[in-house]
Amino acid sequence: MLSKRSLVGVPLKFHTLALLFFLFLGGQVFAADPAVSDSEEAISAGKSVFNANCKTCHKLDQKAVGPALRGITDRRSIEWAKSFIKNSQAVIASGDEYANNLYAEYNNLMMPQHEFLSDADLDNLLAYIEYGDKVDPAAEAAAAAAAGGEAGAGGGGIPTQYLTIIIVVLVIVLFLILVVLGLIISILTKYVNKQDLDETDKEFVSQKFEFGKVFKSDAFIIIVTALVVALVAKTAIDGLYTVGVQQGYAPTQPIAYSHALHAGTLEIECQYCHTGVEIGKSANIPSANICMNCHMHVQNVQGQDGISPEIQKIYDAIDNNQPIEWVRIHNLPDLAYFNHSQHVKVGGIECQTCHGPIQEMEVVYQYSSLTMGWCIDCHRQTEINAQGNEYYDKLVQLHSDSKDALKVKDIGGLECAKCHY
Amino acid sequence: MKETKKTYWKGLEQLSNDPEFVKNADREFPELPSMISEDGNASRRDFLKMMGFSLAAASLAACEAPVRKAIPYVNKPVDINPSIPNYYASTFASGGDYASIVVKTREGRPIKIDGNKLSPINNGKVNAIVEASVLSLYDKERLTGPYLAGEKTDWASLDAEVKSKVSSAGNVKIVSNTVLSPSTLKALDLFSESVGGAEVIMYDPLSNYGIAKASESMYGQAVVPSYSFDKAKTIVSFGADFLGTWISPIEFAGQYAKTRKISKERPEMSRHYQFESNLSLTGANADYRSPIKASQSGLAVLALYNILARKAGATTVSAPAVEVANLEKAANDLWASKGASLVVSGSNDPNVQTVIHAINELLGNNGTTVDFSTPVHFRKGDDAKMNQFITDLNAGRVGAVIFHNCNPVYDHPRGAELAEGISKARFSLATNMTMDETASLVGALAPDHHFLEAWNDFEPKPGHYSLSQPTISPLFDTRQAQESLLVWAGETTNYYDFLRNNWETGLYTQVATLDSFQTFWDKSLYNGVLALEREGIPFSPIGDVTEAATAVARTYSADNSGAELIVYPKVAIGNGTFANNPWLQETPDPITKATWDNYLTVSQKWASDNGVTMIEENTRKASVTINGKKITVPILIQPGQAEGTFGLALGYGRTKAGRVANGVGVNAYELLDASAGFVNFDITSGVTVEVTGDSYKIARTQTHQTFMARENVIQEATLSEYKQDASAGRYKPEIYKEGEFIKPSKISLWKGHQYSQHHWGLAIDMNSCIGCSACSVACQVENNVAVVGKEEVLNRREMAWIRIDRYYSSDAAADDLSGLEKASENPEVTFQPMMCQQCNNAPCETVCPVAATTHSSEGLNQMTYNRCIGTRYCANNCPYKVRRFNWFKYHDNTQFAGVNVAQNDDLGKMVLNPDVTVRVRGVMEKCSMCVQRIQAGKLEAKREKRKVKDGDINVACATACPTDALVFGDMNDPESRVSKLLKIEENSTSALKEVNEERAYHVLEEINVSPNVWYFTKIRNKDKNEA
Repeated sequence: MLSKRSLVGVPLKFHTLALLFFLFLGGQVFAADPAVSDSEEAISAGKSVFNANCKTCHKLDQKAVGPALRGITDRRSIEWAKSFIKNSQAVIASGDEYANNLYAEYNNLMMPQHEFLSDADLDNLLAYIEYGDKVDPAAEAAAAAAAGGEAGAGGGGIPTQYLTIIIVVLVIVLFLILVVLGLIISILTKYVNKQDLDETDKEFVSQKFEFGKVFKSDAFIIIVTALVVALVAKTAIDGLYTVGVQQGYAPTQPIAYSHALHAGTLEIECQYCHTGVEIGKSANIPSANICMNCHMHVQNVQGQDGISPEIQKIYDAIDNNQPIEWVRIHNLPDLAYFNHSQHVKVGGIECQTCHGPIQEMEVVYQYSSLTMGWCIDCHRQTEINAQGNEYYDKLVQLHSDSKDALKVKDIGGLECAKCHY
Repeated sequence: MKETKKTYWKGLEQLSNDPEFVKNADREFPELPSMISEDGNASRRDFLKMMGFSLAAASLAACEAPVRKAIPYVNKPVDINPSIPNYYASTFASGGDYASIVVKTREGRPIKIDGNKLSPINNGKVNAIVEASVLSLYDKERLTGPYLAGEKTDWASLDAEVKSKVSSAGNVKIVSNTVLSPSTLKALDLFSESVGGAEVIMYDPLSNYGIAKASESMYGQAVVPSYSFDKAKTIVSFGADFLGTWISPIEFAGQYAKTRKISKERPEMSRHYQFESNLSLTGANADYRSPIKASQSGLAVLALYNILARKAGATTVSAPAVEVANLEKAANDLWASKGASLVVSGSNDPNVQTVIHAINELLGNNGTTVDFSTPVHFRKGDDAKMNQFITDLNAGRVGAVIFHNCNPVYDHPRGAELAEGISKARFSLATNMTMDETASLVGALAPDHHFLEAWNDFEPKPGHYSLSQPTISPLFDTRQAQESLLVWAGETTNYYDFLRNNWETGLYTQVATLDSFQTFWDKSLYNGVLALEREGIPFSPIGDVTEAATAVARTYSADNSGAELIVYPKVAIGNGTFANNPWLQETPDPITKATWDNYLTVSQKWASDNGVTMIEENTRKASVTINGKKITVPILIQPGQAEGTFGLALGYGRTKAGRVANGVGVNAYELLDASAGFVNFDITSGVTVEVTGDSYKIARTQTHQTFMARENVIQEATLSEYKQDASAGRYKPEIYKEGEFIKPSKISLWKGHQYSQHHWGLAIDMNSCIGCSACSVACQVENNVAVVGKEEVLNRREMAWIRIDRYYSSDAAADDLSGLEKASENPEVTFQPMMCQQCNNAPCETVCPVAATTHSSEGLNQMTYNRCIGTRYCANNCPYKVRRFNWFKYHDNTQFAGVNVAQNDDLGKMVLNPDVTVRVRGVMEKCSMCVQRIQAGKLEAKREKRKVKDGDINVACATACPTDALVFGDMNDPESRVSKLLKIEENSTSALKEVNEERAYHVLEEINVSPNVWYFTKIRNKDKNEA
């Protein structure tokens, strides 16, 4: 594998990798080192250092690619932690036992150097690791309960399950009424037959309901024909509308790449791989060199030995200089122009709004219909993200008389040449 | 024209109101050629075919969508992001033409060429040829690798062959067009040394050798001077088409336009006289144009010299008298603006050019408008050397000949001799990119890169440098010619290092900079150009005009009764190097509006004497015999053609250019005469022209899309009228309503639009539009406009989104037939670029049954192709005739593969703009005001959280325009150039802007469609309103 790594002629531009090797001694309560600052500023500064450099591989309270970090200053000295973050290989080479154990435990994965981090940065980082984003179990439970309650109370008036019960009860009641009415009719008929009746009355009482006649009646035929035609037409039109709509399309990809793992569990930012999403029209399928930023170190799914066959495909692509041919899932017709940066960077739209719960998808599927109606609906409802954007000043000012918020539709978002040219 | 009483016409058939013309003009769409078989029985089968097609189409549509791949890079280059364009500064140089350019690339493919604004020579502007040259990169007929004796080979074998053969062959000659590159010259020197001395012979197809030769006799140095038209108040040109094709047209057009911009604050403009035989682009822009015979031109120059000499008190020369209209007047104006005037001549006769130098000397222009101390290097061709070379070659005195990217077999008058002589050399090689007329005759081929794939440097003028850099990896197994020379010279450095070393040891040491060489190099490459501070040494005359004057007096005559043929280059085709480019072939000639052909331009008088009439495209052929050489060409009646003269364009009649140009037109080079020591483009003796019986069709666009003789389309005035009244020449229609006359814009059926953010508009100055067609090619490239070919142009189905209407005009009233007849001998010409006017009350929008054309909140008239069902109501209802219908599927269609190469083969498609849809059959299209650029510019501003700045967004036509005649911008922004030009003071969101500029008008204002395109009246610098 080492030879393979050296073949990757990609300068690692992004110093976003951090593989910190600390052993998590589960269950114990930490008494944080008093030398670590707990000021708000230090924690928030530390958070940005963490997000920029460590987040890809580490979490605070959970094992990820590397160990969970909280409590490190408790387990080791601050000096040790700093020197390890800066250059873990040097610490390992020095023969430090703790470091060597860690290295072995995490499959000899190297953590990149962080010599560029200043001492102040490291102090802030450690402050964040100790005190930042603490999850209070009680608070979490309360939040979950609140969320559940909201879901229960959702829907405004009558909850759906009650609706079903009401309908079932209604059907039963109606059926009972039908039975009772039938009984009444038969009793009355019997009673009337015992009376002395003239011919016309007899005929009237004994007349049978003839279904054959009804079936042959013009009105019936016309109504049924019309219904059938309408049904067929509706089905056909619906069918035609779905021609080319690939909602739910989830083709098998050349690599069994899991967004659930990368975006979900590991919480890697979407933009880390989809580099074009804020700058251009295309979000970009990541090139193999971007995969290699991590997979230079990560050769298998957590805890397994050897090289994963799926990850091996990336190495093969690099070695053979053969690009990975992903199957395109979201296919807009050529006549429609869509620009990611307009929506993500300018509009501030979350990726999930259109792509769905991507962080839960083992295999990515097309979440939205991507039809023009779907685009237009969103443009009708979405407010302009005009905050702090001088471009929109005049539009906001002109719109200030209106009660409604400034929406995409108000500034020409429904016009043809916004997307078709 | 109510105010000016002038009569305007687009073609002679309109002037004579020919029934055929009227019939075609009446009809929006011409009669369709019959498509359905005449056989009556076919109708049932046609019906079945149609049914079959619909079924197949329906079942196809129901199929699963095909699996599409998304293939990322293995290793993404840092600078390349899909969908984001990159721009690289580079240089275009070919056959003596030069332009510093900026190349737009998408995903690593060059797709558009614009001018480099940092260049002091072309100032960010381009012309049609430069603009179109990007397509030649993707020519699939380019040579894909080296050849030896007609067989494909590899570079190693070729190199071995060259090394073993060349030096042993003895007497090595290298033939080339002008080489502008100092490093190339150095590489040539190294090669020359390695083979024991090789002579480099430069020639230019459009030779300006006469000027250099004249400079040599007058000043002692054979140079072509720099000209400054911007400093000239009076410009006199004897047949020099300096706006279209002469020496450095982009530069000159920019300079010239500066003297033609006119405003109330500065109501001044230059006065331009033109004396010429063919009606050239430059002549069409002249204030005074006098048709003269080529045989008289030398004498006219002498006469001008004598008048000026008398004024200056210098000795006159003896010259036969010649009658030339306006010459005296021109002399008076020249004398009145001494030191700020300019006299030029298009003649290649060194003697005539010597007299021209002497005239400029008399006028004190040397050092002001004519600068010998900064000569131009674009035209270094030496006709005499080339002549000698061809003679030597045919006599078997040349051992080895190397053709360095030139095609003399085609573009030299003695090409046929040369073709025979090549086999007499022991070794012959060409570095040409395609198997052209010359390359197909040589023994070895070492194909060069396209200029967009290559490194190079250029020195267009002393002290001015520019670089070219590859914008794409080589598409084929070609090798840069300079690199080949270095290899053959035994050098081990590649050309890039060689070039860098030259700059490091040469230029870098001359520049006072504290930067490291790397920084200096990076900056130079980024800028594309580098200008050194340089003090030129003024030239003072050492020669005398007498000898030249005597020669001129002897050679030219005042009353030649024979026919004369004046061979000229066309604006779009030029010297023919790029003839295989369909964009250029379909660009209508600015004057004749003909596409896909060259033809014999004849005067109206000759035509009526010989019974030739030309109605629409129908004409007849003529056979032209010149000293035994005979060619047959179609006739085109050209108003303004000097009587007794004929014109014929160069650049056609290619036999081995490729599938587009082969067999288009006739080759005029072979008619030229080089026997007098220079290539003479004026053939004044031995010419006979006879009409043959053959009829022919020339695909002209001039009478297509006509305005049906509506008035006020062109509004013009003279300078003196303008000085008195800034709104002179303006037609101000008024509408009677409830007892008063009001402006048409005051009443409307519609509520009127509100444009809250942007209001895009275009201001077009007809005074600076010279008609050069750079805009229309730029539009074609930017908007993926299809090329339809000659047949479809004949069917009036050309697709150009922007056309340049050329109007002839004269004072004669419409019913004064003899007056009009006379008028067509020398009419005034006006150019009017016409594209979608983006009307606020758009007639097209109201008639579309499916709302495929709608109005945007930014003033644009939007065209939605995927909604269009092709009823063509919109085109019918468009008063400006700017909508184009896709009669065919022009892409992926073998029927158009030969002409529409940018949309029909895999390589050609690389040039398409990925941001613009390629339209299918059955939909309407039109100018979108480059909405893709507007959207991109707005997005850029939004992402940077700022307002759109004026200049951030520009449309393709305005970007290319060498004279800045088109100005695009946001009319809602009071700081924008367009608002200032139009003098829009109020800051309103209304669609109807109050425009205070007196010259600005709407075409067809009376119908109140309220366009967002404004035209500025044409002002002619004439004493009185005269034709």
